[in-house]
Amino acid sequence: MIKRVFSNLFGSPATRLYPFTRREPFAGSRGQLKNDIAKCIFCGQCQRRCPADAIVVGKKPDKSWAFDRYRCIVCGYCVEVCPVKCLSMDPKHGD
Amino acid sequence: MSKRTIIPFGPQHPVLPEPIQLRLVMEEERVVEALPAVGYIHRGLEKLVEKKDYNQCVFLAERVCGICSFLHSVTYCQGLEEIMSVTIPDRARFLRLIWGEVHRVHSHLLWLGLLADSFGFENVFMHAWRCREMVLDLLERTAGHRVMLGVSCVGGVRRDISDEGLADILRTVDALQKEFDEFVPVVLNDYSIKQRTVGVGKLTKEQAAELGAVGPVARASGIARDFRETGYAAYGEVGFKIVTETAGDCYARMKVRCGEMYECLNMVRRAVAAMPAGAINVPVKGNPTGEVVARLEQPRGEVIYYLKGNGAKNLERMRIRTPTFANLAPLLAMLPGCELADVPVIVLSIDPCISCTER
Ligand code: SF4
Ligand code: SF4
Repeated sequence: MIKRVFSNLFGSPATRLYPFTRREPFAGSRGQLKNDIAKCIFCGQCQRRCPADAIVVGKKPDKSWAFDRYRCIVCGYCVEVCPVKCLSMDPKHGD
Repeated sequence: MSKRTIIPFGPQHPVLPEPIQLRLVMEEERVVEALPAVGYIHRGLEKLVEKKDYNQCVFLAERVCGICSFLHSVTYCQGLEEIMSVTIPDRARFLRLIWGEVHRVHSHLLWLGLLADSFGFENVFMHAWRCREMVLDLLERTAGHRVMLGVSCVGGVRRDISDEGLADILRTVDALQKEFDEFVPVVLNDYSIKQRTVGVGKLTKEQAAELGAVGPVARASGIARDFRETGYAAYGEVGFKIVTETAGDCYARMKVRCGEMYECLNMVRRAVAAMPAGAINVPVKGNPTGEVVARLEQPRGEVIYYLKGNGAKNLERMRIRTPTFANLAPLLAMLPGCELADVPVIVLSIDPCISCTER
């Protein structure tokens, strides 16, 4: 314990000065949803499965894919069900 | 009889992580009676299962609690697997055990910090939470999220842990063990902590049995009951030792949880060593028909899920009995006779999780 006391006294803080110092996200972490829209076939699977109703897919002819980041609970379910695998999870949070 | 005063404790109180109100009937500085008032954080999650399909509800169940989240989703999945007669692969059972036990360590560390905070021991609070950060990072590395793991699904788990990931788990477990060896004995032998916890908030074995205490609260009163004994998930193969104490006071509850943290680390080690290869989930077809009562041991005690399906993709009913609900009656039995200053310590000693109690 004495060792810990000294390292607490003279060591650096256990916390980071966020947002100035950021930790690199871990690989495989679920940060935010990304869609490679060029590959998307607008099938609507992701919209139907999303538990948070965060995705709205416009069917033909207008073909649109809209996603509300603030509704998303980053569960990754849509990534799993997308038939063409155009959805992916970016380990980064924000921007 | 001296004059009685009623002091409202909560719903907003510096030591309370979540809102519950206890109306404390006081005689001078002593609590004579405590009357609980709940209902500050009801979210209607049980009703929501009627609107979402049973696969989406795995994520819903996970959000019942922000601390033992993974274990809620596992209980839900185990229930549905029972209704639908699905046998999950061995590897999935082991992975559920590993994540579950790592989750338990995180929950107990969080609790230890909050308990220390309740009697003003900020050092222990920060130290416990610093260790907890190691656990949360491990969860993020292996499952992709710090708290809402989202890895359980009906039929197994969604994500595998690679050999490198398993080695990472072992390294973190060893590092945690080193930290625990350093600070747990200090916490358990500290004079001021003992002054605040020994003999405080006593619950006898008879009271605990009569009032239906569960989890560490029951085990600290000498009742050796733990649902993991039944060997669900991979507990049968991995095996574990029940940690019990007999004093039934706040110190005993602290000792039980500290002992359990060590036991969790041992279980994770054994599970990693015995990890079978193979698939991590099986496809599940059809919709659930029938009803089931699923039970599982969470960090706070035994949780009970009642699930009823009628052949549609949405469940007809879900009902959850959380461990804190079972521990509220014992809490009310612990409070009479204590000093007002001990109330926060006693309340924290049952590790209350009001959000999941009210869902
Ligand atoms: S599931 Fe994939 S392909 Fe289908 S609409 Fe969603 S993103 Fe596009
Ligand atoms: S990650 Fe989950 S919540 Fe977010 S859009 Fe996909 S399915 Fe919906």
